[in-house]
Amino acid sequence: MASTIRVRAVAGADTTEVQSLIQHPMDSGFVKDSAGQLIPPHHIEVVQFEHGGKTVFTALWGPAVSKDPYLKFSFKGAKKGDDLKVSWVDNKGASDSLVAKIQ
Amino acid sequence: MLRKLLLVGALALGAAHSALAADKVDPKAEFKAFRDYFVGRFPKVPLDDFVNGPYSMDAGLRKQWKAIEEFPPYDFAVDKGKEMFAKPFANGKTYGDCFPDKGVGIRQNYPYFDAKSGQVITLELALNQCREANGEKPLDYVKDDMAALTAYMAFTSRGKRFDIKISDDPRALAAYRKGEEYFYTRRGQLNFSCASCHVQSAGNHIRTEVLAPALGIMAAMPIYRSEWGSMGTISRRLVTCNSQVRAAPLKPQDELYRDVEYFLTYMGNGLPVSGPGARP
Amino acid sequence: MTLSPDAAGWQRRTLLKAFAGGLAGLSLFEASMLLPAYAADAAQWPAEAFKQKSEADALKIFYGKSAEASDKVNLDAPEIAENGAVVPIAVASTLPNVTSIALLVLENPFTLAAAYKIPEGTQPAVANRLKMAKTTKVVAVVESNGKLYTATKEVKVTVGGCGG
Repeated sequence: MASTIRVRAVAGADTTEVQSLIQHPMDSGFVKDSAGQLIPPHHIEVVQFEHGGKTVFTALWGPAVSKDPYLKFSFKGAKKGDDLKVSWVDNKGASDSLVAKIQ
Repeated sequence: MLRKLLLVGALALGAAHSALAADKVDPKAEFKAFRDYFVGRFPKVPLDDFVNGPYSMDAGLRKQWKAIEEFPPYDFAVDKGKEMFAKPFANGKTYGDCFPDKGVGIRQNYPYFDAKSGQVITLELALNQCREANGEKPLDYVKDDMAALTAYMAFTSRGKRFDIKISDDPRALAAYRKGEEYFYTRRGQLNFSCASCHVQSAGNHIRTEVLAPALGIMAAMPIYRSEWGSMGTISRRLVTCNSQVRAAPLKPQDELYRDVEYFLTYMGNGLPVSGPGARP
Repeated sequence: MTLSPDAAGWQRRTLLKAFAGGLAGLSLFEASMLLPAYAADAAQWPAEAFKQKSEADALKIFYGKSAEASDKVNLDAPEIAENGAVVPIAVASTLPNVTSIALLVLENPFTLAAAYKIPEGTQPAVANRLKMAKTTKVVAVVESNGKLYTATKEVKVTVGGCGG
């Protein structure tokens, strides 16, 4: 099955810009379904980005983060061809991870 | 502007009431009147930008849209569509075998009037015809897999200019006319026609959204709507639009809906494919 | 030590065990073997902070301190959200030694929307997309040299971002 994680990491002169889009319903727990029942919360809790064995960014997310969540940040010390690992875990214990090459 | 609108409206209504004589239907003249109306009403919008609908009309919305477009939610649908396109049917054939150019970069030619079957063929209809011809079950027209396929096909056609043909075949002209009439006819409890919002009120606010101009309105399809939290095809939008004016919707890909698509896409000829799109 | 050929399967089973009983259920060794493969670990998620319903409480529980406004925190948020379900929000700061950035949506059922840990070498900036239930103030919090600084903007939301 295809990964839920899409990453674009581009190394610039000084920093590497990372954009990610993750496929996830991010149900807040406040929305009702067509039968009038509350859809229970189902959202990513932690997203971690690692480069060279070091964590370069951590996202702690609550139910207010939009569906199919997006993230952009930049960090120093990487170059084209390096690996960037992205992993997430949600409130139901599901997880996914991906290793992307920095462009 | 108002005169042009009345002219286009009158042409539609007048021709509809008379017999559908071919010499009364002049798509080329109507195309010009339609375009002139929008260009005249929105002189600051570059012609190609009309395909971006509300974002060509409002700076605040455009900025949010650009932020979303940096990594748009329809990306998943495009990838899924690409996978589906590459996967052969049980009989070994692929979608590409049903289409010119293996189905790549052809979105701008749809819909077309098929002389053999005497009806308008939309991309979605063609995809299901392809499936059924190869022993596969048809897809739901409104979202999910169908939207993924059309998202991929639109994506491979981005930038190509719409080129919908209306020949002298009286049946093609009749389909065009029927679609046009539907577009300008009021319906539903709210008594709105498609034109009420997308011609007369184009560029105006409806709550926080801005009404997209009808010129080029098909170009961004299929769309990921934040409102839906998912992808939707042209059928999905036509059905929900009917429901929103409290009119009984037709079935997805009903002949009349296909005629509307034929008319509207023709009116956007020359504009570039911008789909798949992100909308509120 | 060398990993057995079944290392991957072993890691998978250990992971399942961890998510069933929490990381505390593992030995240190098991936990350390897990981290390289699945680094995002739920244990660091601040559950209490995400339950708070006010700006003051969210800051107190998450950071343990209060904040002051600063013009060195830049919050980019639309004046009128196109759709409350997907509002692009970006934060950047010129403050030194930024270690975290948090976003609070005051009119949401839970105030804390997201928080980001910024290690050394990472830029003090983040862009994300948030849900807003209705017209609300959005507060960006930047932690710099151990102190908290904020910028606030109001975002008008007509059609609620929670499906209503």
